[in-house]
Amino acid sequence: MTSNDKLRQQSAKLLAVDADGTIRHLARALLASLFNPGDLIVANDAATLPASLIGTHDATGRPIEVRLAEWMSVHDLRQFAAIAFGAGDHRTRTEDRVLPPPLLPGDRLSLGPLAAVVDQLLDHPRLFRLRFIGDRATILAGLARHGRPIQYAHLPEPLALWDVWTSIAADPIAFEAPSAGFALDWRILAAWRQRGIGFATLTHAAGISSTGDPLLDLRLPFDEPYDIPEKTAVAIAHAQSKRGRIIAIGTTVVRALESAANADGSIPPGAGVARGRIGRETPLRTVDAILTGVHQPGDSHFELLRAFTTDALLDEVSEEVRVHKYHPHDFGDSLLIERPRPRIASERCDGPAKGAQTSGQRPPDQTRDTSRPPDRRPSGDGAVPASASEAMSMQ
Amino acid sequence: MPMNIDLKGLRVAVTGGTSGLGLALVRLLAAHGVCVAFVARTAETVKHIANETGAFGIVGDIGHKEGIYPIATQITGNLGGLDALINNASALGPTPLALLADTQCEELEQALQVNLVGPFRLTKALFGALAASARGGRGGAVINVSSDAAVNAYSGWGAYGASKAALRHMTAIWAEEAKSESVSFLSIDPGDMDTPLHALAVPDADPTTLKRPEAAAIEIVTLLLAALPTRATAVAGQP
Repeated sequence: MTSNDKLRQQSAKLLAVDADGTIRHLARALLASLFNPGDLIVANDAATLPASLIGTHDATGRPIEVRLAEWMSVHDLRQFAAIAFGAGDHRTRTEDRVLPPPLLPGDRLSLGPLAAVVDQLLDHPRLFRLRFIGDRATILAGLARHGRPIQYAHLPEPLALWDVWTSIAADPIAFEAPSAGFALDWRILAAWRQRGIGFATLTHAAGISSTGDPLLDLRLPFDEPYDIPEKTAVAIAHAQSKRGRIIAIGTTVVRALESAANADGSIPPGAGVARGRIGRETPLRTVDAILTGVHQPGDSHFELLRAFTTDALLDEVSEEVRVHKYHPHDFGDSLLIERPRPRIASERCDGPAKGAQTSGQRPPDQTRDTSRPPDRRPSGDGAVPASASEAMSMQ
Repeated sequence: MPMNIDLKGLRVAVTGGTSGLGLALVRLLAAHGVCVAFVARTAETVKHIANETGAFGIVGDIGHKEGIYPIATQITGNLGGLDALINNASALGPTPLALLADTQCEELEQALQVNLVGPFRLTKALFGALAASARGGRGGAVINVSSDAAVNAYSGWGAYGASKAALRHMTAIWAEEAKSESVSFLSIDPGDMDTPLHALAVPDADPTTLKRPEAAAIEIVTLLLAALPTRATAVAGQP
């Protein structure tokens, strides 16, 4: 990454969609002044592995790039599902990368200081189960010193490991960066704490976001292990009891929490595995809002947003993003989307009037709301913020 | 070892872990059941000390920018997180000691890289892990090894003294800033010890007048434990 990229991140933009559908354009630095006392921010503190390894396919002597893509068992560094590319490097778009040499079970790969074996093919010429030879510390040392972060063709400069670790990065188990977390820094966290806004973390092994291969991409995201600390489960329960909102920093946090959630939206602590996609039909039990990057419709990150709001509103967001030239991708600008809150009787009366006051504001989508499962929050409680646009607004 | 506290489950990283004070710390901690990772430059020595102590040995150079994240990855990857970082690795500057007017710019830069910028980089890379440990109730601490040369102006100790003074002040500022994350920062002057670094600086010193590094290690671990929550809490976490 260049210093220009870093400077641009400091001036990044934030498109905020309030629960009533109001769209606002903000400087992302204003994140520190968003949200209300009692709300809880949940972020993914996984650090990113240098998951791209270059080397040689011993049987043919041909070059190969291996990208670690899925844990067989989290923290077990001996085995991974991996995706292979042939000659070339990240400057070629993944869509255009040549196939690896034909892989057979038992084939050996020399990946810098690491030796690996093709254990099993996984129904695609690029996808296989890889086993490293050696003990855990030796494999970790080889990965740390020889591996590079998975690269993106759209970035002019190669990414270094320090580019793909968020400020809060702790346990190195992600294959690609949990990039929504790039919006956070310690100044923002301190500001939230000062304002009585909670902050908690979970650790989710963010997987590979795209392989460039349409058939393989259909299988994404792979299963992703996560761990929810006891303190985080307690903080979520506390926020829920006070009717605070649960705000997820990134799609991985949504996947972990909604995978772990009980039917009533409560979160048990502990380890689990997030499977499958979240989309239009997924009922959200726990998460009220998401901060994420700017993605394209069709991308699994974008499709996940359909669980939060209507297709019509997302179309409008896409149009605003285009008109206002938001930067897409992991190192670009951010979206903050709050899902509609269940309305209580008095709010229902207020709704249309408020909607009429703000140009561009969309009426609440009633069809959408009735399709939701009953919300865990008892209705008729005046403690629910009367207007989500107020609730989300700057203090 | 004259220490009588249960340290099992604590996760500590030590830089400069194959000689002098660092080695004494690695031995002391490992002997008490602490999960230790240590860093040093020479692969052979690292392997030897790892075999001797059972600690995780990491080959790397704190003074080398590109080496920092690979080191951090191995520390948290091997220990499953981090409760305390001890920035102990130090460079003396020119040897034999030189007056500042005789010191090469590159020698000063090298001392700053190892004694100031390296600890800054490694601490920054591991701050997320330390803060995560603190959020989980295990505490988090950074100990930066200082020197009386950081406070007093000794002739001939310019590169070392200036870099250690900067490290000491950085530690004080970081201590203020990290309070809100419950991560402690301590600067500790272990005193004049019978170590290879001291022998380089003062070749004709009488070793019997110098402190044993093992004694300084006990003092440092005692201060470290005081900076962390009570062990009962920490032991309850994952190993």
